[in-house]
Amino acid sequence: MSEKFDAIVVGAGPAGTSAAYTMAKAGLDVLLIERGEYPGSKNVMGGVLYRHQMEEMIPEFYKEAPVERPVVEQRFWMLGEDSVFTSGYKGLEWAKEPYNNFTVLRAKFDQWYASKAVEAGALLINETVVTECIVEDDRVVGVRTDRPDGDVYADVVVLADGVNSLLAKSLGFHKEFKPDEVALAVMEVINLPAEKIEDRFNLEPNQGTTIEIFGDATKGALGTGFIYTNKTSINIGVGTTLSGMIKLRLRPYDLLDYLKSHPIVRPLIRGGESMEYAAHLIPEGGFHSMPKIVGNGVVVVGDAGQMVNSIHREGSNMAMTSGRLAAETIILAKEANDFSANMLDTYRIRLLESFVGQDLKKYKDAAHTFESYPQYFKEYIPMINQAASQFFTVDGVPKREKQKKIFKSLTEGKSKLGMVQDIYRAWKVMK
Amino acid sequence: MEGDEIMSLVPRTNTIEEKQYLVRFRADTQSHLHVLDNDVCATSCPDKLCTVFCPAEVYKWEGKRMAVGYEGCHECGSCRIGCPYQNIKWEYPKGGHGIVFRLA
Repeated sequence: MSEKFDAIVVGAGPAGTSAAYTMAKAGLDVLLIERGEYPGSKNVMGGVLYRHQMEEMIPEFYKEAPVERPVVEQRFWMLGEDSVFTSGYKGLEWAKEPYNNFTVLRAKFDQWYASKAVEAGALLINETVVTECIVEDDRVVGVRTDRPDGDVYADVVVLADGVNSLLAKSLGFHKEFKPDEVALAVMEVINLPAEKIEDRFNLEPNQGTTIEIFGDATKGALGTGFIYTNKTSINIGVGTTLSGMIKLRLRPYDLLDYLKSHPIVRPLIRGGESMEYAAHLIPEGGFHSMPKIVGNGVVVVGDAGQMVNSIHREGSNMAMTSGRLAAETIILAKEANDFSANMLDTYRIRLLESFVGQDLKKYKDAAHTFESYPQYFKEYIPMINQAASQFFTVDGVPKREKQKKIFKSLTEGKSKLGMVQDIYRAWKVMK
Repeated sequence: MEGDEIMSLVPRTNTIEEKQYLVRFRADTQSHLHVLDNDVCATSCPDKLCTVFCPAEVYKWEGKRMAVGYEGCHECGSCRIGCPYQNIKWEYPKGGHGIVFRLA
């Protein structure tokens, strides 16, 4: 492989494939390198794919792509030890075109998506690890792979190598991430017949539900659990910051078993057969943790650039947009025959102007705040459950008295000022 | 309460060994994970945190040295980031090797 390409993309996840697809469609010579047996074989996410950003790549992809169920209901659970306070939204407008989002199984979806980049003209090489970027005169000019004679050259290299971006790190774009900048998530795929799923989640065929679970799912650590419905299986998982896992000495698989056996969760997965167990890191440092994403002859996209909105469980959509914007900049750079950091910086500017940059900025302090003040997860969610239980239990006590009692129990042992401060702090980082 | 206490009453729906059997691994003959200095684990790190938070129980303390079951590694990167002594050299397995997700 001594050939020279217009662009080399490292990693065939949503970010890398979006970049490769966009450039190949514009006629550039693109090499897409994937370290797994096939695209998706190393990738994990809870399983929600957003329609809008995917349609910016391939209109009406859902008519062809291997998606599981369009999501018609998004529920939020504040989980107590043997109770749950629920809220959510169900909208049947999401059950028809153009849909809002879909559950997907990544190993299937990513394979399909990468095949579209190949159809557009990109050359996909699997089972190949990029071990380093080849740098000459302060410029990335290609990559070294673990294949014999595995140096490949290009005008520009797109690093889409995920949360463990050893390549961006080795270029000095960021230091090693800290345990509070990543979340460790584990999940299982559990088989259940479609009718069981539809009965238990109150769904028609080809409708799906997602449940985000706060509180007892993570035993008070900063994080969430989730349950998503596929066609004939359920994804159930839980994740906390790695620092939270360390602090509480939690074994992630124990936490998953805790969630699976929780009396509120158990009936939803009863009788199901575990099909796969997966673990992955999520880059949740947000805006403050974003590394340098542009250099001479190189750009960083997706998880490798910490582009995840943990508050809204968005990431793959940000990855797709960043990949596309990077590719569009590279197409301009090709026309100008200028691959300097100065030229490629257009990508960074456009990314920060897009919803990716806007949302990352909006929540720049959120995760850090909730990590520093664990009472949001540890105290308030059990309190909400207690209050709801008292309020809805009919026992002859008049409602006014109940309200008084609830308010008293809520503020017991806590300063009212402290609670007001907590509310204000949460509002400030979320507003 | 710490993790082990919290979790001591949790019914195991399936053990970590059973969970690992659900996953396909194409293990290389060589490890991609290396504990740089076993003395650091032995003398400086009473908590041996990697043996706790690793989602695949890759790390097991054998009294004198850290056994590394790299064959079952999920390549998540937690041990590299979470080791308080940066005592783990972490690389990707050779192309095509390591974990192969079919569904996730």
